[in-house]
Amino acid sequence: MSAHTLTQIPTDGIVIEGLTKRYGKGDTAVDALKGVDMYVAPGEVVGLIGPSGSGKSTLLKCLGAVIEPTSGRMTLGQDVIYDNGWRIDDLRALRRDRIGFVFQAPYLIPFLDVTDNVALLPMLAGVPNRESRERAVELLSALDVAHRASAMPAQLSGGEQQRVSIARALVSRPPVILADEPTAPLDSERALSVIRILHEMAHRFQTAVIVVTHDEKIIPTFKRMYHIRDGRTHEEIGEGREIGATLNV
Amino acid sequence: MINLAGRDILHDGPKFVLTGLGLGLLIGVTLSMAGVYRGMIADGRALLDNSGAELWVVQQETLGPYAEPSSLYDDVYRSVLTVPGVSQAANVTYLTMQVRSDREDVRAMVVGMAPGPAGTPGWPPYLVSGRQVTRSHYEAVADIATGFRLGDRIGIRRHEYTVVGLTRRMVSSGGDPMVFIPLKDAQGAQFLRDNDAVLQGRRRTAQNPAFNRAGAPAVLDAVIASQNVSRSVNAVLVTLKPGVDQADVAKAIERWKRFTVYTRAQMEAILVGKLIATAAKQIGMFLVILAIVSAAIVAFIIYTMTLGKIREIAVLKLIGTRNRTIAGMIMQQAIALGVIGFVVGKIAATFWAPFFPKYVLLMPRDSLIGFFVVMVICVLASLIAIRAALGVDPAEAIGG
Repeated sequence: MSAHTLTQIPTDGIVIEGLTKRYGKGDTAVDALKGVDMYVAPGEVVGLIGPSGSGKSTLLKCLGAVIEPTSGRMTLGQDVIYDNGWRIDDLRALRRDRIGFVFQAPYLIPFLDVTDNVALLPMLAGVPNRESRERAVELLSALDVAHRASAMPAQLSGGEQQRVSIARALVSRPPVILADEPTAPLDSERALSVIRILHEMAHRFQTAVIVVTHDEKIIPTFKRMYHIRDGRTHEEIGEGREIGATLNV
Repeated sequence: MINLAGRDILHDGPKFVLTGLGLGLLIGVTLSMAGVYRGMIADGRALLDNSGAELWVVQQETLGPYAEPSSLYDDVYRSVLTVPGVSQAANVTYLTMQVRSDREDVRAMVVGMAPGPAGTPGWPPYLVSGRQVTRSHYEAVADIATGFRLGDRIGIRRHEYTVVGLTRRMVSSGGDPMVFIPLKDAQGAQFLRDNDAVLQGRRRTAQNPAFNRAGAPAVLDAVIASQNVSRSVNAVLVTLKPGVDQADVAKAIERWKRFTVYTRAQMEAILVGKLIATAAKQIGMFLVILAIVSAAIVAFIIYTMTLGKIREIAVLKLIGTRNRTIAGMIMQQAIALGVIGFVVGKIAATFWAPFFPKYVLLMPRDSLIGFFVVMVICVLASLIAIRAALGVDPAEAIGG
């Protein structure tokens, strides 16, 4: 087990330095994050592990530009996005174009078919429908769910839904993906399948992936992890266990 | 860009259509209420048109003969005929009452029409079957809305009449179908008393020493005879010679004959502005309430539909969907609901209008106004749901 120091981090990927988040004011204030330092390199999948109430979700929301940290610094690639205040005006566009989200439940839009669920993001960014759908189909093929491209979300199995949600997270080619308990509702086989896909996609698209998880089955697959406890992160080297055959990508 | 609202509607098609159907029936009721009001006005205008009159001569300082009781002597028309510019003048009586038939009683306006050639004011201007009344007594022409048929025997007070002709759209301002009978019969029906009342009246008159004077028996007979003859009509209908100004002739009759005279425009104002006014306000209140109920229902439906998608909305916001895209989706759904509701309502109102006992007139202009009102209501109703949707925290998509 060894810790990286911030002086070793690359200049791209996502870098977090001294991030804090305080809820409330005065006597009732709660410090959910007390100075988080972490980085994830492009193409790397990092686990974020910790007990309930440790600050995992708060950190994820800060990284996702959903809530504003209290202080600290975050950089994404060459861009400083937060430095004791947001440095980007359009957080909505930041989330749309540069951050992919994978949730515990897939949360696919129930009234859109699989292709349009994936293609929605580029469409929202103004990419023509045809091109958006082509991108979606390409990703669905990579994730081995192209045969369900015209199915509605309710017609998919849990594993298929999660793969579609991964495709949705990847479709804008974001430099970072935030995955919140992506394997929680899945059995071992499907959970490992999903995490393998995340590893392969991270490698293929050089995306930095942060996986928040409690799942004992997938923890051994991370080469590097951050334990978060009482609002602080501690870096660990993981086992980086091989998951099995790679997908046809 | 995908039309999210359209996709959601297609996905939830049956539920959405059923909701639109329910809303449509409510809109249909609203359109029908407007049609009832228009029908009342149309009935009033039909009443004036069908009378064939250009002027109505009535008892002084009354709004007769439709809005207030009016009583004139039945020889007044002769003096009216002498006024320059008058072409025709004919007595008329109106009495709304129950008319009996073998099948059922019918509420009808019995019109007493003066003798004369076809086209005399007060006569039905056209027939759909049969013939006009040609005898002095006991024949009738009925509006087909009475349900009477040619040859039917109908009872009006003490006498029976044979239906010899049928007409259409001859109704009172209240929508009751008309039955036309000879004037003398109508006067009898309106003003004459029953036999017992006549006997009692004779007895009372005979007991009055002022009428029953010794040595002058003819006085009592004359008084009794005068009591049992009806010489009253409700109005005199007047037509004018071509090119004559209605107001000038009306002024002349009022000045020299000392009656109240109404022109067509004045009579229409009385019917619409006074006789129908209260009913119009009543219907107006209904329309307002129905509009509020419709708005509440649309708001509730759209709000409920939106709440059912809170998680999806949170995801949409998290992945960068603009607020205006989400607001547009909700508003488009509300408008689509309104369009479905309006189409269903319009079809329903058109379908059931003929089954109403009174005339329901669905005017295209009212439908157009109704459509815009429904759209405005839907847009306003969607604002509550939009407010709820825009208040959704994208962080809700992330656990913890």
